[in-house]
Amino acid sequence: MLAALPDVPCNAAQSRQAAPACQPGSKGVASLPYFYRGYDMSGISSASPLADGLRRALPIVLGYLPVGFAFGVLAVKNNIPPSLAVAMSVLMFSGSGQFVFAGMWGAGASALSIMAAVFIVNLRYLLQSAAESPWLAGLPRGQRFLLGLGLTDETFAVHITAFQNGWRRNLTTLFVCNHTAQLGWVSGAAIGAFCGELVRDVKPLGLDYALTAMFLALLVPQCVSRLHVLVALFTAVLSISLKAAGMTQWNIAVATVLGASLGTWLLLRKARHEGLPIDLEGADCSPVCDDTVVGATRTGEVES
Amino acid sequence: MNQPGWLGANAALLLCLFGSVVVTLLPKILPVTFLKGDSLPPLLRHWLSFVPVAVMAALVGPDVFFYDGHFNAGPSNLFLMVSLPSLLVAWWTKNYFLTIAFGLALVILARGIGWY
Repeated sequence: MLAALPDVPCNAAQSRQAAPACQPGSKGVASLPYFYRGYDMSGISSASPLADGLRRALPIVLGYLPVGFAFGVLAVKNNIPPSLAVAMSVLMFSGSGQFVFAGMWGAGASALSIMAAVFIVNLRYLLQSAAESPWLAGLPRGQRFLLGLGLTDETFAVHITAFQNGWRRNLTTLFVCNHTAQLGWVSGAAIGAFCGELVRDVKPLGLDYALTAMFLALLVPQCVSRLHVLVALFTAVLSISLKAAGMTQWNIAVATVLGASLGTWLLLRKARHEGLPIDLEGADCSPVCDDTVVGATRTGEVES
Repeated sequence: MNQPGWLGANAALLLCLFGSVVVTLLPKILPVTFLKGDSLPPLLRHWLSFVPVAVMAALVGPDVFFYDGHFNAGPSNLFLMVSLPSLLVAWWTKNYFLTIAFGLALVILARGIGWY
């Protein structure tokens, strides 16, 4: 239904506003570093910020409900009272962190080792929070703090993709999306914790695939150049390998740090060799997309 | 929930929960609250510009290649089999919701038929 909406140019909102104040190094549409402008992403073209936020949260909620439910069931199984399982979902709002917590608590691990493991799993939030900061610059500190509280892998991914698309920042959309997603997460956890026996199996609905489907749909428009495809392939393979080798808590953060470093190194190397205008002195660093756009066949190989 | 002794009975859990909330929220809020996002060193901004693609790949790679808790790169991995055509749909249609709907529909279909 939503997919059938007319393909409004994603930069429409920006065209109306000649000089959006929100974009790093923005000089208008023409200077957008990415070609995402062609990607039909939620929250770009609608007239209502509220509807944008809800639309942006929709796939996240679809994924959070069953995963939150699974967490609620697991938490109770691991001797965590249902009320605390729900409180945890409100306060932590972190899928992987909560699963680590529940699993280790049930296994009788010490409080210190649980906290250490949760922290390691959450290291990637440091990276995501930092990566979002250029797009939220100019907002009062209190609002950036509140947006930080709503940060998850999923909300980060949809917001950053919208920003890269040239979306004009709107606080209503950001907060509505974050809180709708959290409502889905907490609801799922509450149902799982208090009446986990009511729902037998969500698998026939395919919802255990919802978040993976969403990340794939967000990863593809990230691959704007050969360099980005290379970084995606390298990081995915590294993350898989680290997890297969048993580093189940470190793998995301380590792979991301090394992947981003590889991308930066190759970008600088390429700039040095070819004399590309990579401005390392000035303030405008937006043209990070240095390369030719890759073809469909190449991207099709990303996960193969 | 509020019968006498509930707090005492769950004191260790509450303490552990409190610590975990702190180590979850600090990484989320510290950078975005305290970094001056519009005046970061250029090298750091280049590096951060690669974080979205890298972190999404790092998240989705294991999601696709670990099925039922085990590494599986073969045709018995439903998520891998669905993800490959999903990537093509994402690329060709450039449509976010269509790509998600396509992937979910394939999973529902494969399970409905009984292939997986």
